[in-house]
This record gives sequence, structure tokens and C-alpha cells, in this order.
Amino acid sequence: MQKTTRLGAAALSAVLALGLAACGGGSTTTPTSSGAPAAGGATGEFNGALTAVVNPSDKKGGILKLANAGDWDSLDPGDTYYGYSWNFIRLYGRSLVMFKSAPGKTGNELTPDLAEGLGTPSDDAKTWTYKLKAGVKFEDGTPVTSKDVKYGVERSFDKEVFPDGYTYFNDFLNWPKDYKGAYKSPDANTDSAIETPDDQTIVFHLKQPLSNFDYFAQLPATIPVPKAKDTGAKYKEHVIATGPYKFDKNEIGKGFTLVRNDQWDPATDPNRKALPDGYDVATNVNADDIDNRVLAGDLDVDVTGTGVQPAALGRILPDPAVKAGTDNPTGTRLWYTSINGNVPPLDNLECRKAVEYAADKTALQTAWGGEFAGGQIATSLLPPSIPGHEDFNTWVPGADNKGDVTKAKEALTACGQPNGFETNISYRAERPKEKAAAEALQQSLGRVGIKLTLKPFPQTDYFALYAGKPGYAKDNKLGLAMNGWQSDWPDGFGFLQQIVDSRVIRETGGSSNVSVRDPEVDKLIDQAMEQTDPNSRNGIWTQIDKKVMDDAYILPNVWAKALLVRSKNATNVFVNDAYGMYDYLGMGVK
Amino acid sequence: MVTYIIRRLIWSVVMLSIVSIITFAIFFLVPRLAGATSEDMAARYVGRTASAEQVKVAAEKLGFNDPLIVQYGRFAKGIVAGADYDYGPGVERCPAPCFGYSFLTRLPVWPDLLDRLPVTISLALGAAVIWVIAGVATGVLSALKRGSFFDRAAMSIALAGVSMPIFFTGMVSLVLFSYGLKITVAGGTYTPFLTNPATWAYDLLLPWITLAFLYAAGYARLTRAGMLETMNEDYIRTARAKGLRERTVVVKHGLRGALTPILTIFGLDLGLLLGGAVLTESTYSLPGIGKYAIDAIGRQDLPQVMGVTLVAAFFVVVANLVVDLLYAVVDPRVRLV
Amino acid sequence: MSFLELKDLQVHFPTDDGLVKSVDGLSFALERGKTLGIVGESGSGKSVTSLGILGLHKGGRAKLGGEIWLDGEELVGASAEHVRTLRGKKMAMIFQDPLSAMHPFYTVGSQIIEAYRIHNDVSKKVARKHAIDMLGRVGIPQPDRRVDSYPHEFSGGMRQRAMIAMALSCDPELLIADEPTTALDVTVQAQILDLMRDLQRDFNAALIIITHDLGVVAELADDILVMYGGKCIEYGTAEDIFERPEHPYTWGLLGSMPRLDRDRTERLLPIKGSPPSLINVPAGCAFHPRCTFEDRTGGKASTEVPQLVETEGGHLVRCHLPRDTRRSIWETEIKPSLEAS
Ligand SMILES: Nc1ncnc2c1ncn2[C@@H]1O[C@H](COP(=O)(O)OP(=O)(O)OP(=O)(O)O)[C@@H](O)[C@H]1O
Ligand code: SF4
Ligand SMILES: [Mg+2]
Repeated sequence: MQKTTRLGAAALSAVLALGLAACGGGSTTTPTSSGAPAAGGATGEFNGALTAVVNPSDKKGGILKLANAGDWDSLDPGDTYYGYSWNFIRLYGRSLVMFKSAPGKTGNELTPDLAEGLGTPSDDAKTWTYKLKAGVKFEDGTPVTSKDVKYGVERSFDKEVFPDGYTYFNDFLNWPKDYKGAYKSPDANTDSAIETPDDQTIVFHLKQPLSNFDYFAQLPATIPVPKAKDTGAKYKEHVIATGPYKFDKNEIGKGFTLVRNDQWDPATDPNRKALPDGYDVATNVNADDIDNRVLAGDLDVDVTGTGVQPAALGRILPDPAVKAGTDNPTGTRLWYTSINGNVPPLDNLECRKAVEYAADKTALQTAWGGEFAGGQIATSLLPPSIPGHEDFNTWVPGADNKGDVTKAKEALTACGQPNGFETNISYRAERPKEKAAAEALQQSLGRVGIKLTLKPFPQTDYFALYAGKPGYAKDNKLGLAMNGWQSDWPDGFGFLQQIVDSRVIRETGGSSNVSVRDPEVDKLIDQAMEQTDPNSRNGIWTQIDKKVMDDAYILPNVWAKALLVRSKNATNVFVNDAYGMYDYLGMGVK
Repeated sequence: MVTYIIRRLIWSVVMLSIVSIITFAIFFLVPRLAGATSEDMAARYVGRTASAEQVKVAAEKLGFNDPLIVQYGRFAKGIVAGADYDYGPGVERCPAPCFGYSFLTRLPVWPDLLDRLPVTISLALGAAVIWVIAGVATGVLSALKRGSFFDRAAMSIALAGVSMPIFFTGMVSLVLFSYGLKITVAGGTYTPFLTNPATWAYDLLLPWITLAFLYAAGYARLTRAGMLETMNEDYIRTARAKGLRERTVVVKHGLRGALTPILTIFGLDLGLLLGGAVLTESTYSLPGIGKYAIDAIGRQDLPQVMGVTLVAAFFVVVANLVVDLLYAVVDPRVRLV
Repeated sequence: MSFLELKDLQVHFPTDDGLVKSVDGLSFALERGKTLGIVGESGSGKSVTSLGILGLHKGGRAKLGGEIWLDGEELVGASAEHVRTLRGKKMAMIFQDPLSAMHPFYTVGSQIIEAYRIHNDVSKKVARKHAIDMLGRVGIPQPDRRVDSYPHEFSGGMRQRAMIAMALSCDPELLIADEPTTALDVTVQAQILDLMRDLQRDFNAALIIITHDLGVVAELADDILVMYGGKCIEYGTAEDIFERPEHPYTWGLLGSMPRLDRDRTERLLPIKGSPPSLINVPAGCAFHPRCTFEDRTGGKASTEVPQLVETEGGHLVRCHLPRDTRRSIWETEIKPSLEAS
């Protein structure tokens, strides 16, 4: 069985390579008729769209074609939780604030959208006020008021109706006791959480200080929803647009089309160019097929932005001409290994250091999928695209990143374990890459006498019952645990809080933080939460990153990367750091 | 005859119930036996990083906390009597047959299935016409010219056809005709017949041919074997002795005699295909029952899986019934009792 | 020239094992209104001969040689298409096993109608009426109802009657019945034979009855041809064959002839051994490995092929034994033993 599958795959990629040779030859040696004179150069170079706009243009018109290998989790602004969806939703919905539609780090910057400016915090950062722009309308011409924004947040509270979404607002706003959301508590007075003193003003009240609430305000849940048109679970079939595009046809499971929304007023919206006349999105399309079509120019974007499949990877990388038309952004995901200080002898910093030194990071990179599809070797926690990231390397694993055996042995001696020690490493059984990484560690730590035993666990209960349950991890000597984290937005809080704050660890299990227990780190997090000045705040996140690395509670493996293919027909192509993929708001059609 | 059909129909309902129970058991009972709690099961149907509370709410909403028999009963009742669904601001009536609401999209399953049926029917019937004509014709010619170059070539191609998986032939055909020569729409698409019959046929051409190739190969082999057998029958000699033209002998007497096994296989093949041409539909991104099934299984969307399984089983059961009825039509010696 | 004449007919099949000489130099003549019985063991080439006459070997692998003259027309050299138009009309055939010889999926009536309409440009309705008539004539009760029955709904005898009706539907001038009664039980056999005799008289056709059972042709045939290994070994009138048979093989057949007063399976003088290979035909007399009198030919039997020679008034025999020896053996050894039983 296994063998035939592989044979089949091999045969398939051979055929595909053949096909590509045919197509690729054509498009590189002779200028295609459809291409503008600049086509060859304008396709840009490898990683050209990471920091600059490829094919800049203001030409309006055309239909942008996108495809999704799976289904959208939901098109409902109150029920969607994928980065690509948040990227895309800006086409039809306007939240209070948004990420700038710009290449590189600028994309990480927040800018007002529905609101006139970024939020105004109270001194204690527990109350945030936004003023809405005048003249913003729904697609039916009704003016948008602060009540529609409030209603949007209230309805998203109901996780029975909207189970896909996040719970940031549920968790942080000061809701009345027993509040169950707009549907089940329709008559509740929710002013303790959200006030709308007038149609243009909305005030959020938090349970605790939150210096970065503007990131909350960019969440799609703040996209206004007209109560009269709300159909709950079915609203995603026709979301009432506030952005430059509205839904035309929408068949859940198959795809949808967006057309221009004539009620959108560009005067209220400096952020959107709205170049194409519409969007054509197909869902549940064969993943390899998407790659083929994007490479052939029949499709513009693989909307999920998670990178090409292995088959396409094998065709793109060896051909410089094809590779030049791709980008390889580093996302906001870190793959790492937790080093559990609860499991002796890892309670000793020197022993944890030995692990940091001995690890062969190039082997780990290979295990995660290599330089292009796996990721960039990580030296700290915060990924490069998140503000607060600083380049530092506390425990240099040799100049070639293959591990520093000498230093590791010194550390082991200092730890009182000169001949090494035995412990276990857990990983999610369903994830072959985690297994490969665990094996790579087994191999490289074995060089200094640290013997690892592999312990696979089912992924659904990985945190709830095994690696994430402190008692279990300790009793079963899970000294190391394969782990991964991606933040919901490019911000130190979103990235670090859940994985380094020791207070999120519960004895009952379920936490992603399985190893970092440092009261100083906790204290720093509190400071950051209260610090409303972004620069000072980011400085604190850097400090936290360094502190955790000093503690050697985490062995960073790689910051995940994905290989994206630039559309042949699109203009204004660039990667937005906030999403780690092409910015769908900026893109136009040639 | 009538009592036979009635009895078979009752039996079909029993079969479908058994299929639904087995499917239900695979997806609901087996995980339970493996120790999964209702929360574990619900965890699949909430967002990508749902909190424990969120999962608990979902488990309650999806009814995972009820005893299995109640859950199955609710499903069965929906099919017979319809069901009510709370979509937030109100309650929606899902009329019978209600196959429930998708755990993930939270949309009713039945309209989805109805919506996808024409695609699969178009694909299956179109391909069937091609493969029956091509396969049977090739088989007949091969049998008549047994041992000739044509026979050898046709049978080698047929062997290749039978053994090549559709995702392979499909991908090759896409690379050649779709991306390469750009003869057909890139990657495949579907246009409803009523929208534009010409585009409908044009869009389906490649899937039809690919699918038909796979089946035609088998039919050619089957027909050839059957023809070799029947052409040696005494009644063929009789037909010739009457002075019938050779073509009439071959078609009216020979092929007719070889038809029964072909018809049987055809009925079952078509029944299975109507339940979803999984590989073809995924290869060509055709939004049919098969694509729906594979997507549903991939997402473990149980109501969708149940619905699609039942529809597929329905077609198989009906195909079986039709085949048995046709048997009696084709072969008068068969008695339906 | 007779109505039907075969001259040195050869039907050879090239096979992987070698050339199968199923019929090797067969000659005979037959007039309208007369009946010829062809008798021989299984594999002696009887069916191949009849199919050869009907032209059913054309287009196949068989190699044909010699001549077949039917009503002044030579058929071996004639085009397949021409012979086809004669088939069913001028010459028709009744097969051994009526169950397998009729198409199981078509009604008896439609199979007769089909046969009739090939050669007669008539409407289905007319043809159907004709089919019912024919079924009536062959003695099928309620023919207007049974016309719509399927072959499997008929008894064996009725099926054979239906086959006869089908063969006679176009009024053929030559009718070949290949073991028409083998598959039937004894009483039905007699009925069918009676029927054939009556019909032959009515239609005035030339009739060839093929059988390996001499009893079948005893009453029916005017002339009898005994075949062995694709060749004729004795030919004569029915009287010649029954009263004065001169070939040891014919004696064997007579000895193994079932009698109505005996158990059908009990054979008086079974012929030992088995039929010859048609590829490596035994040298000399093909029958010699089985012949009880082989030693009386002075070794010639295994070296020299005996010729078919006339012994008396059209009675032909293929045997090295001198004529007198044959006669005396018959009179003194064979005949008494047959009568004794
Ligand atoms: N198409 C053919 N190819 C090769 N050999 C054949 C073919 N048809 C007949 N024969 C051979 O010719 C020989 C004579 O066959 P035929 O059917 O004439 O025998 P038969 O006398 O009718 O015997 P039976 O009493 O069993 O019907 C047999 O040995 C048979 O195997
Ligand atoms: S030739 Fe000799 S072997 Fe042949 S039949 Fe006559 S006696 Fe017997
Ligand atoms: Mg025979």
C-alpha cells in the first residue's frame, strides 16, 4: 500500500515535471502575447514581493481568480478565524481599525478604517473609545452606526452559533454576569462591556488593562452587522458588505463571487484601492491542481497562503525562471521544543543549556521541510515579522548551526551529568514533521549522551491530557515536547502571552505553555499589557524573549516559511507581514 | 412481480437503515469506544484554537452528550419527519428528508446533495454512454478478430486502462489538454446543462473521456470474453444456418447473449458512480457527490458523511434492484420470486 | 446430375497441434424426396460435413476442398454471401440439442419469424401467422399461444418440433438433421422421427439424417453412409447395410445398436478402443487398431490405405479383406451372434 502510493506519487510528479517543462519553456523563452512589455522583468525576482510592490499599477477592472483547497471556515465576520480570511474579509467588511495594505513591515501597522483614528485608551488602559467616520454605508445604503458595530461584537459572543471564531471579546470585555450573546440574551444591558453614547461613538470596557486593544479592534468581529439583516448561522451566505465589494453568488462548499459595492464611498476609505471589478473564488479545489493553475496563469491566488504542495515545490525550486516568480515569506509561526524544567535533571539550567547547545538546527530545519517549505532557523521566540523581534542568539549551536558538542558537554559537566542523561520527547503522532524533528533531536543530543525516547501522543489530547498536563508530563518524564505556536496578529502579546506566561498553565491541562515558569517573565507581561506606547511595549516583548531564552525553557527550531507563487496576471503584488502572505486588498488585474 | 418489487423495496429500506447504522457507528460509536469524550468529538467542529468552554458549548449544541441511541434516533427522525434547527436569531424548519445540518458549515445537508447530484449524474451518464459504446464495440471487434493486431493492441490498451488509476490518467490529461494545449478549461469546471448545454458538454469532455477510458477498458475485456463464449454457442450456428447476415448474427444473437454480465456490471458501476465519482470529481474539481463525500470525510463532517453515504448506498441499492429487474427483461429464463 | 452431389469433399482445420482432417475425401449423391443416413461415432466428421454443405465453414479457419453441387450449383467455390442466401431457404438444418440451438432470450415464435423473414419479404404479422401455422404443422398444441413462449418453456420434444418448424419455415429443398433425436427420450424420439418422415413426404425435400445410432435410420433412410475418421467406409442402400454389411466397423455399429426390447445402454458387441486421432491418422486402415479382423488381411491393414470399392450394385466398402471373406464372416460369425441375442 505504502509502496504503491509512493510509486504513484513519484510517477505523478514525473509527469507534472514533464508538463511544466513544456509550459515553463514557453513562458520564459518567448514573451507571451498577453504579457505587457515589462512582463519578463515585472514578474520580479525571488522574494521580490516581500519588501516591495511587484507590478505596481493603478489600472482598474478585471476579475481576480482565487481558489481554496478546503472550505472557508466561515465568511461571517463573527465566525472566522484564519489569517487568510481576515486578509480577504477586508474586501467586503470594514472593521474599526485595520492593517495597512502595504509590503513588508508597514503591513504590520494598524490604521483606522471604520474609526476616524486609532483607539483612545483611558489611563488604566481598561477603556477604549473609537469615533466612527461619517458617511460609511452598508451595501443597501443604510448608514453604519456604532450600534451595528456593537451588535456585531455581541452576536459573535454566541459560540454555539459561531463556534469557529475566537473568544477575545468574550474573555476581555466586562460583560454582565450570565450574558449569552445577542441571540440568547437579547434584552440584556451590555453597557458594562460596550457603550454607544451616540451613533458615531463606541466605547469598550475591559476587565483588565489591555494596552494593545487596537489589535482587538482590527478583528473581523468589529465589522458592523445590521441587526435587521442578521440571519445567525446563515448570515455567512450573504454578509452585508461595508467594503468596496459585496457578495454576488455564494455557494457554500463550492465558491462565491464578489462584485463592486456601489454604496462604498472611497472618500471614507484611504486604505483601499479596489482595483479589480470583482473576485471569483472557488473552494474545495484539489490542492495540486491549484498550484498547477497558478503556475500556468489560469488562477491568480491560492487564497490560504500556506504555500505550494511538495509536488509543485519540486518543480519550482530547480528552475530559476520559475523560482523568480515566487516569494518565500517567514510567517508568524514558530516550531519549537519545550524544555520542561519540572523533569529532572532539566530542572538544572546547565542541563537545559546542554540541550540548546547540542541540538543540530540544520537537521531540525530539514525535518520541518527544509529552507523553503519548512522555515528559517530560529534563534529566539519572536518571529522576524513581529514588532519586538530582535536578532540575538543566546546559545549558539556552533558556527554551522549543527550543534556545539564541546559547549554542550561542558554544560553537562556543570550540571553534574558528564555522561549525559535519559529523558523522553513527546510529539503529535499525526504529524510526521514533528516526528522527524523529534528524531533529529534524538540523533543530535545522542552525540553528547542525552538519550531521548520518542513518545507520540494523539494530537487532539496532546495538550489536554499529555504534554500540556503538568502532572502527566512530570510523572512520565516528558523532558522535551515538540510544540508550535502562531499568533493571531503580529504583536508580542498575541505571540508570547499564551506560551510564556506561567499563569496560563493549569494543573488540569490544556495549555500550550508546557515549560516556561518564570515569575519575572510574568511580571514583564503585566507591564507590557499596561504599556500603551507601542515602542516601549515592544521593548518589553524583546526583554521577555531574551529572558525566556536565558532560562533555556524553549529550544526554538524554525520560523515557518511558505513558498508562494505570484500571479502572472496580477498587479500590485506584495506580501503583507501581518498575514505572512500576499495582501489581497492591494492586488489588481493586469 | 409486483410483490417481488415491493419486497425488494422493503429490503432496500432495511439495507439503507443498516448502512446508516454502520456509518453512524463508525463515526460515533467507534471513537467513543476508543475513549473519546463528547468534548473530544466536538473539538473538531470548532475554530482552530477553541477554548475548553467553546468546545463544551459545541458538544452540547451538536448533541454529543446524549446517549448514542438518542443521537441516531434524532438523525433517523429527521429523515422521516424533518427537524428544527436553531440558527441563532430564529428556528428553521428542515423538512423531511432532513439529513441534518453540517457540523462545520451549519447548513442543511440535503439541499447540498440535491445541488451536487446533477454534476455527478451528468458525469456518470455521459461517461457511461462513451464507455459502453467504446468498450462494447472494441470488445466485439476484438472477439471477432481474435488474435489479430487490432485485438492485441486493443487488449493491451485495455489492460493499461484497467490498471491505471484515475488520478494518474486524470492528471496526465489535465497536464496535456488543459494546461498544455489549453483545449479545455484549466483544471476542470462545471456548467449546468440548463445554463448552456454546449459548455456543459465541453467542460465535462475531459472527465468523461478519462472516466470512460477506465471503464471502457474493463467493458472491452468483459465483452470480448463474453463474445468469445457466446459466438461458440449452438444458437449462433442456428442463426447462421437460418441465413442471417453476419452482422445480425453478431449483434442480435451474439452480443445479446453476452449482454447479461455486461448489464449486471454496468448497473453496479453506474450505481456506484452515481453515489460519487470520487477520484474523477476531485481530480477535475467537479462539485459532485463524490467531491462532496471526500471533502466531508476529510473534515469529518458527520451529517454530510451520513447524507452522502446514504445517497451513495441508495444508488447502489436501486442499481441492484434495477439490475435484477432488468435481468428478467434481458433473460426470460430468470424468474422474479 | 443428382440434386445434391459431394465430390471428394475435404474439410481440414489447421490447429496448433497439426492439421485436423475432419472430412477427408467424402463423396455421395442424393435426390429430392430421398433420405440419406450418415452414421458414425462421435468425431467421425458428420457434423463437419453437414456444416460444410451449408457453407458454415466459410470465413472460418477451415480449409475446404472438393466440390459440393446443389441443384446444379457448385457451393465450395461460391461466394459466402451467395451461400448465405441459400441457407435457410434452399437448405436448412435441424440441430442436435434444441435447447442450446435456440436462442434462450428470444421467443420461439420470433426465432421462426426471423428465419422466415430473411428470405420472404413479408410483414411481421404475416410472418407470425406463418410461424403459428408451422408450429401447428409440427404438432405443437395451441400454437397461437405457444408462439410467444421461450424455448425453456417447452419440453424437449416440443423444442425439437419447434426447431423443425423453424427449419421448414422457408420450404427448403434440402434438409439436414444432425442427430435430431439424440437428446430426446425413446418415445419422443419415435414421434419426432415419424414427424420427419411425414414432413419429408409433404415437402418432397432431400433429407440427410445424421446419427451415430443405426436404429434411427433403419426405418427412415433410403441410403446409408457409414463414416469413420472423416472418411466413408461403407455406403449402400438401407437394405445393403442392414442385411449385407461388409465392413467390420459397420458390424460393430450393428452390434452396438440399441434395441427397443433391451436396456438402451446395454451393448451387445461394443467396439473396443476409441475413435482415431484426426491429426495422426493410423497408418493403413484407420480402423485397424480397433479391428478384430485386422490379422486376416496379412499385415496390409497397418501399411496400406484401403480404397472404397464397389462390392455390388452401388454398395461401397473400404476394407482390405477379400469380398468373400467379408461375406463369410458376416454370414457365419456376426449375423448369428446378432440374431442370438
Ligand atoms: N472448428 C474446428 N476446428 C478444429 N477441429 C474441428 C473443428 N470442428 C470440428 N473439428 C473436429 O473435427 C472432428 C469431427 O467433428 P464433428 O463435429 O464433425 O464430429 P461428429 O461426427 O459430428 O461427432 P458427434 O457425434 O460428437 O457430433 C472432431 O474431431 C472435431 O474435433
Ligand atoms: S482393412 Fe483390415 S483393419 Fe480395416 S476394417 Fe478391414 S479388416 Fe479391419
Ligand atoms: Mg455432430
